[in-house]
Amino acid sequence: MTRLTLSRALNEGLRKALENDPKVLIMGEDVGKLGGVFRVTDGLQKDFGEDRVIDTPLAESGIVGTAIGLALRGYRPVCEIQFDGFVYPAFDQIVSQLAKMRYRSRGNVRLPVTIRIPCGGGIGAVEHHSESPEVLFAHTAGLRVVACADAADAFAMIQQSIACDDPVIFFEPKRRYWDKSEVEVASDVADALPLDRARVALEGSDVTVCCYGPMVRTCLESAIAAREDGRSVEVIDLRSLAPLDMDAIAASVRKTGRCVVVHEAPVYAGLGAEIAARVTEQCFYHLEAPVLRVGGFHTPYPPSRLEEHYLPDLDRVLDAVDRTFGY
Amino acid sequence: MTVEPGGATTAALHRQAGQADQAGQAGQADQAGQAGQPAQAGRPGPAPGRSDEPDGLIQLLTPEGERTDRAGYPLDLSAADIRGLYRDMALVRRIDTEAISLQRQGELGIWASLLGQEAAQIGSARALAASDMVFPTYREHGVAWCRGIAPAKLLELYRGVSHGGWAPEEHKFHLYTIVIGSQTLHATGYAMGIQRDGAVGGDRAEAVIVYFGDGATSQGDVNEAFVWASVFNAPIVFFCQNNQWAISEPLEKQSRIPLYRRANGFGFPGLRVDGNDVLACYAVTRKAMQAAREGQGPTLIEAFTYRMGAHTTTDDPTRYRLASELEMWKLRDPIERVRAYLVRTGQASPEFFADVDAEADKLGAEVREACRTMPDPPPLAIFDDVYAGPDAIGAAEREQFAAYLDSFAAEGDRR
Repeated sequence: MTRLTLSRALNEGLRKALENDPKVLIMGEDVGKLGGVFRVTDGLQKDFGEDRVIDTPLAESGIVGTAIGLALRGYRPVCEIQFDGFVYPAFDQIVSQLAKMRYRSRGNVRLPVTIRIPCGGGIGAVEHHSESPEVLFAHTAGLRVVACADAADAFAMIQQSIACDDPVIFFEPKRRYWDKSEVEVASDVADALPLDRARVALEGSDVTVCCYGPMVRTCLESAIAAREDGRSVEVIDLRSLAPLDMDAIAASVRKTGRCVVVHEAPVYAGLGAEIAARVTEQCFYHLEAPVLRVGGFHTPYPPSRLEEHYLPDLDRVLDAVDRTFGY
Repeated sequence: MTVEPGGATTAALHRQAGQADQAGQAGQADQAGQAGQPAQAGRPGPAPGRSDEPDGLIQLLTPEGERTDRAGYPLDLSAADIRGLYRDMALVRRIDTEAISLQRQGELGIWASLLGQEAAQIGSARALAASDMVFPTYREHGVAWCRGIAPAKLLELYRGVSHGGWAPEEHKFHLYTIVIGSQTLHATGYAMGIQRDGAVGGDRAEAVIVYFGDGATSQGDVNEAFVWASVFNAPIVFFCQNNQWAISEPLEKQSRIPLYRRANGFGFPGLRVDGNDVLACYAVTRKAMQAAREGQGPTLIEAFTYRMGAHTTTDDPTRYRLASELEMWKLRDPIERVRAYLVRTGQASPEFFADVDAEADKLGAEVREACRTMPDPPPLAIFDDVYAGPDAIGAAEREQFAAYLDSFAAEGDRR
């Protein structure tokens, strides 16, 4: 086991993918000599060359559009979108082309393209650098949408995403890039938890808290704090946002009878709404309270001096947990 | 320049291509602007789409069917080859005619006619090697024909039976792309893949050709594709069929310079070919593709042509353009000029033309039959081929919907 930052674990995962499959390419803005603005691709161009780790022109639609063409030619491109708020110029290529090409071709085409997007707030950034657009992609059939929460998952999930024959939108919690955890870099990714499965990050018995990406750490901290109130919180790290691992969610809620969904993205029409609806349908007779949601507001992401109020934190999660016991 | 009994002259064609008359007025507008008097709002500066190069149009066969030579573009086609190009154009025009009729009869939801663009499509497509990859828009029925896509596959899309559904690699012909310009990036990425496969230069060299229209040149994706292709020196030919109209918007709404000259700003060659001249389209494409295969990078070809029909069967061109314009372009019909050339030079007999007509009749009947007998897909096909891997959401919805359909079994089979 090695103790790595999440950013370094991604780097190791990308390196393994490049080593194991000559068709794997990395492309994006500043991914070469600079190693990416978060250094996730640090050193990869030096070791694998400019043809495989490609510094692209500054145009996100171009990055995704040419990645589609490379995938049609048999490559497995990994695109880096520098920040969440910069993905929208590529939105048309992702939604209208990448997601639909297999369907359009009646299964004759596969597009194993991975799109890495650093997401979420909490780093004091300027506008467009702190967004959580995952639900836009989860709503689009043909895409797989995943979010890693710690270094060990980052290492395995990035390799699984690259090996996947479907397009994967891969969300990285940018404020957790520097968080360290144990990673078994010699492990075979085939032994890892499958990409479309959720993980019980902490077992509990009184209430289920579903979260993903940067909120997993927040929810784990909330769960520890809740113990002081005598409440046992089960934390589910969803990992896969499309498809959702409803079996794991439903099994937990049937056990606890309560459910809170937490994400940074706005609550309105967010992933929490989908989970609440499905939990209500699948666990109706087990529920002691309505499914509650904690998340961002239906506002643009605020200036960073206000973001601590916008982002769900330990207290807001605990507040929701408390409220589920008020019914 | 030649003057022929048909009334059209190559000079006239050049004038149309270059808008030379308006270019004069444009100079005045520039001067007015410099004098501090802004041009009329919405109409500033020089006339759009004008050409400063009256010789810019590459032509090997005049509208009257006279062969002309152009330095750098020798033609290596036999009489049989040219008869073959004529046959291709006549047959795809028949497919097009039949498809329009089928739409009128309610058999197709919509059809995008290629009428008038047969030479641009057949000339360029017949210039390709079998290993070259093609990325089309939704109007490349002539190119599809050359790549061995059965006309019924195109009808599937326009009937609403599939979104395309052929195997692109099998035909080296990608799926029709409906969002304007998107495919130029896919084509460029594919060309970058060719580079990475070491398939540039040498005997196994490959290249890509991507089709798009004049309207598409305003799209960001097309401009990004130009940037990418240029900086990566990708083996690709951008084949723009400038048919003068983007639905109702004339070229002047897209560009203030001739489209082929855009290439200069991106750092690769651009040229303009008479898009109604199948021989010139063949020669120009062949040369550009060869350059791409040899590692000389991209070329932009602007095929100057005309959309003689409506944008699609839902369009009404009488609302936005004059009938006289169409009449003028009919004199430059891409098929008639080849027929005139073959007849005049004795390279085709009356029997040849009769045979092509008979073949077209037979093809037309086959197209009608294939369309009318095409079954709708079963309802559960909705769920097919969304993902390559397991699809928990789709699988559950499929199961629920199948059960729902089964609940009607007593009322008759809806599956």
